[in-house]
Amino acid sequence: MTTLVRPALSLMLLMTLITGAVYPLVVTGVAQVVFPEQANGSLLRDDQGQVRGSLQIAQAFQGDAWFQSRPSAADYATVASGASNLAPSNPALASRVDASAAILFTAEQGPVPLALLTTSGSGLDPHLPPAAVAYQVPKVAAARQVPVQALQGLVEQFTLQPLVGPPVVNILALNRALDQMAPVLK
Amino acid sequence: MHSYDYALLLAFFAIVLLPAPWLGRFYYKVMEGQRTWLTPILGPVERGCYRIAGVDPGTEQSWQTYTLALLAFNLSGFLLVFGVLLLQGYLPLNPQHLPGQEWSLAFNTAVSFMTNTNWQSYSGEASVSYLSQMLGLTVQNFVSAATGLAVLVALCRGIARRSASTLGNFWVDMTRATLYGLLPLCLVLALLLVWQGVPQTLSDYVKAVTLQGVEQVIPLGPAASQIAIKQLGTNGGGFFGVNSAHPFENPSAWSNLFEVSSIILIPVALVFTFGHYVKDLRQSRAIIACMLALFLIGGATALWSEYQANPALSNPQVEQAAPLEGKESRFGTTGSVLWTVTTTAASNGSVNNMHDSLNPISSMVAMVNMMVGEVIFGGVGAGLYGMLLNVLIAVFLAGLMIGRTPEYLGKKLQAREVQLLVATLLVMPLGVLVLGALATSLPGPAGAVSNPGAHGFSQLLYAYTSASANNGSAFAGLGANTTFHNVMLGLGMLIGRFGYILPVLALAGSLALKKTAPVGQNSFPTHGPLFVTLLLVTILLIGGLTFLPALALGPVAEHLSLGF
Repeated sequence: MTTLVRPALSLMLLMTLITGAVYPLVVTGVAQVVFPEQANGSLLRDDQGQVRGSLQIAQAFQGDAWFQSRPSAADYATVASGASNLAPSNPALASRVDASAAILFTAEQGPVPLALLTTSGSGLDPHLPPAAVAYQVPKVAAARQVPVQALQGLVEQFTLQPLVGPPVVNILALNRALDQMAPVLK
Repeated sequence: MHSYDYALLLAFFAIVLLPAPWLGRFYYKVMEGQRTWLTPILGPVERGCYRIAGVDPGTEQSWQTYTLALLAFNLSGFLLVFGVLLLQGYLPLNPQHLPGQEWSLAFNTAVSFMTNTNWQSYSGEASVSYLSQMLGLTVQNFVSAATGLAVLVALCRGIARRSASTLGNFWVDMTRATLYGLLPLCLVLALLLVWQGVPQTLSDYVKAVTLQGVEQVIPLGPAASQIAIKQLGTNGGGFFGVNSAHPFENPSAWSNLFEVSSIILIPVALVFTFGHYVKDLRQSRAIIACMLALFLIGGATALWSEYQANPALSNPQVEQAAPLEGKESRFGTTGSVLWTVTTTAASNGSVNNMHDSLNPISSMVAMVNMMVGEVIFGGVGAGLYGMLLNVLIAVFLAGLMIGRTPEYLGKKLQAREVQLLVATLLVMPLGVLVLGALATSLPGPAGAVSNPGAHGFSQLLYAYTSASANNGSAFAGLGANTTFHNVMLGLGMLIGRFGYILPVLALAGSLALKKTAPVGQNSFPTHGPLFVTLLLVTILLIGGLTFLPALALGPVAEHLSLGF
């Protein structure tokens, strides 16, 4: 029996040391040197150095003067993150989608993009598809009293098109640029 | 589908298929102790481990000793994780001052990570300290995958060796699999992920003030290092609660590609490793062909299903498009479906979209992938030893049809082998149908479902399938963190893991003892299209006949009721 106990315990401890301590610490060390921005959470700071969020994590935006983030089932909670987990057949999904559509729908723009009516998997989706941002442009332009074309240009500037995935717009980055371009009139 | 969707699929298949022959040979050399370019760096570490552990790498073990060593090692891992999770409140590296886990949750989590399942009844950022993530969970991510790899090479040796009484040395196989097989790839992937935006730090969570002036806590941690092994080791346990849907865990379309390909990178390569053991790469190509066919059938079905608009949302004010509930904008439909199919084909179980919200037929593909025993590439090691069991069953069936003693690569399959094979056929039905039926019929446990109708049943069916198949993904609306489900799902995971490992090692021992008959004119070839078809039909028949009634009550009923 001892022929089993010694290797079992000592190898478990050795593997714990190698894969549980050395490996994550080496990755941390290299990452902190090579990619410090990303390794520390892609934080966004203002001129005073105050952290205003992370570019990877969605924020709640209230009111017409801001582009709205992708809806969140957990109300943008970061600890812990969460999803609706509503089944396609759950009547609660249809009634929630219908209620949101009734608020956002405008006759000029036609049906509301699905991304504005459905909650994301993480509840922290920092992006929206360009069509879902474009749908919000007239409302935001009116609230900020800027020409629609100027906002469309801004959205285009913030549209990312990766080779292996759908085009997206980072809403936090967009809203920050928006606020610098046309501050809300107090 | 757009051009970027095709680019994603193309890149995915290129990453997993092109390096496989080379990587498969690398794994063969590593596991047989041959010199590779990593030997100068890792050789001293490896020898140091043996010296401290008192292991002589030259000594081989019988199948019984090999099994006992494996069990002793897994037990010590279980106890370590269980202890750390119970006591994390008193241990260091716990900046959020998280308390210890409740016993049934700690039991469930420890079993889950030891068995390479990584079912999570908890949310990482809210209930597991940095220390538990690193010393407890990350370690099991490595050694559970290494255990799977060890069992696989033991079976390969059993098939390849002639009149041999030993299968190798478990301590050596596990050490080599971890050091050479997993660590180097993890280092590369972890850094790729940090580059794309995955955090890797030991600092506290950050307090931010949002643009609109609301306080926001930003959870951080040594995430990239753990995510790398959870993908490459087909573990799947998320650093954050919503797993790879979390923008910190999977920040971009590129990280999505890297992570989803990592799931089956090693499993695909190991099929070639097997070919090197039996000195016949035609066998590898036949098995890959069968796996690929099953993967493509499931993938195409799921893509077709998931691109259908949900009829329940037909409203003139709502865009009629592929459903997005539970999906992230940066992955879209194709990036989400590809992940769902891959994670359930392999025993990974990480998710980048919420399976609970998938269209019924797509979620059924996920369930079928698990129900056939996760042999479509499957877990590291576990997928291929599961597939080889199916190969032996197909050979046995072919033997019955042509009235000869069935033979695989010169090894005769006799009563003892067939008994062991049949024992493994009972594992999934036992875990899914027996434990699942129990959970569905008791009013308390059945109350954990969060969706009405047929989908509610699917939630429980999915949970018990996932646990028994050691997958770990979930219809996450299920309130599974109850004493009943924690214990029963834990039991399902143990049955699903050791219900395969023990018969597989016994089979390996029994095959190793046999002489190899020369391949003659009357031997049934196991590498042509005929055999691939037979294997495919065997897998689908066994899975289909067993689970069709349950699937009819769940996803099929939901599909019909929605009126697609």
